[in-house]
Amino acid sequence: MRRRNLEELFFKFLMVLATLIVGGSFFLIVGTIFYKGAPYMTFDMLTKIPGGGFYIGKEGGILNAIIGSMYVAGGATILGLIISIPVAIYINMYMDGQKFLANTLRMVFDVLFGIPSIVYGAFGFLIMVYFGLRASLLGGIIAVTLLVIPILVRTLDEVIRTVPLELRDAALSLGSTRWETAKVVLRAIRPGIITAILISFGRAIGDVAAVLFTAGFSDNIPTSLHEPAATLPLAIFFQLGSPIEEVQGRGYASALILTIVVLIITILSELLVKKFYKHKS
Amino acid sequence: MLLFTVLSVSLVFIIGIGLYYKSIPVLQNSTWWHLLTSSVWKPLKGLFGFYPYIMGTLWVTGIAIIIALPLCVLTSLYIVEYAHSRVRRILMPFVNLLSGIPPVIFGVWGVLFIIPLIQDHIAPHFVEFSTGYSVLAGGIVLAVMIFPLIVSIINEVLRTMPQELKDASLALGATKWETVKKVILRKALPGIIAATVLAISRAFGETIAVLMVCGNNAVVPHSVFDAGYPLPALIANNYGDMMSIPLYDSALMFAALLLFIIILLFNIISRIILTRLERRISA
Repeated sequence: MRRRNLEELFFKFLMVLATLIVGGSFFLIVGTIFYKGAPYMTFDMLTKIPGGGFYIGKEGGILNAIIGSMYVAGGATILGLIISIPVAIYINMYMDGQKFLANTLRMVFDVLFGIPSIVYGAFGFLIMVYFGLRASLLGGIIAVTLLVIPILVRTLDEVIRTVPLELRDAALSLGSTRWETAKVVLRAIRPGIITAILISFGRAIGDVAAVLFTAGFSDNIPTSLHEPAATLPLAIFFQLGSPIEEVQGRGYASALILTIVVLIITILSELLVKKFYKHKS
Repeated sequence: MLLFTVLSVSLVFIIGIGLYYKSIPVLQNSTWWHLLTSSVWKPLKGLFGFYPYIMGTLWVTGIAIIIALPLCVLTSLYIVEYAHSRVRRILMPFVNLLSGIPPVIFGVWGVLFIIPLIQDHIAPHFVEFSTGYSVLAGGIVLAVMIFPLIVSIINEVLRTMPQELKDASLALGATKWETVKKVILRKALPGIIAATVLAISRAFGETIAVLMVCGNNAVVPHSVFDAGYPLPALIANNYGDMMSIPLYDSALMFAALLLFIIILLFNIISRIILTRLERRISA
């Protein structure tokens, strides 16, 4: 009897320990980034592009990368939405009699979601070579769009499935076509669409392997789709690779900026999801 | 709508065919078997042996799973079976936040925290000298990255376990832990396997975070303190030179194809297990 209770106690202790490690790792990561990045945070980091000699520790900031990342992530999310909304609607509203096929399609998107961004990057690079494009904002947007399509489709799909069937039936029974019904459904899931946008944007802004080949890097803010664009994760990566302490420090500060941006986006989307589901049930 | 649906679904095939098409030159030069088992990497002579890179990937992924799986199973058991539901409501948002953190930040954390930890505190107990940049560092960083994925899947699986099953075991006089060990874990095994397979495929493809901490030395690692050079890191590090050396781009695309095939298979397997599980429970 004592042995059994001891075993119980021992494993309970292990479980609490594991929970603390898993839950604590988030604070450990964010804490480390804050601790190392905060001392190097300056206003210039956010508002200036790299000046001459920035990479040996002189004047400048990473505005180029911040704007570049916004362009890439924003462009990819918009392009992704244009493709994903029709797909999500098609799967949910036009495939009534084909449940098996619809579920297979869902699985395909799950699988696409699991494909690593480096493969999307390599594939995006192939497309660019095929069309004779050079590393540019456009190339980056294309590769990241491929990356976010599965995320957007699956998120929108989940959201559309929460719409009560009665709503669709009511619209249909009033004589509206399926497309008109789809518009009704789209209106009902507006907060869900915003959540999907946030999730996709958060993923797009933090990804590096997809833009590595495709977006290039530049110290200037791109003014057209064909210019190379710097991105925040790549800027962090490059600065960290420098042997100069000042530049490394700025890399930590850049990491802090990215962490804060992504955390805000994630928290917003979590809150929206919660609100959306509360509203539904 | 149909067009977009067909196009985006066929992306799987298009990626596969595109990468394969690009790998043909290197495959003509050598065989699959030779590419996978040779360790000679001399791009200038047209020799591409992926063995060290494949081993690097396996080491890092293996370490990550060995660290993450027990921790995640214990955490999920605690949250679902033992703890007050308040614990779950507090903990899960942080797990979700963790999953939102970009890979490059994990990499920075690895460089700032894990590397010094290994170099100064862990490695000296085992080996004479280590820079800290090792497959162990890559494994630890990856383990933390796959925490959210494993915890959330196992959580879902555990929450679908029928209450009657637990009650029956407890009524027979088993302690809570005995119930967990002999009933719940056994019943949840397919779900745990699916989660593991999915986590492996995530770990396989992770690029930048691993690249930053695991040393990138193209030899087969012999201990956890050796540096390794996983496949994704190989692709990411060499894209700059690949257009100037013949066959190099083809070899790197072959590496991407390899990743793609392995991850595709793993994903399909785990999704099928999970769908079956879902169906069995809802039935």
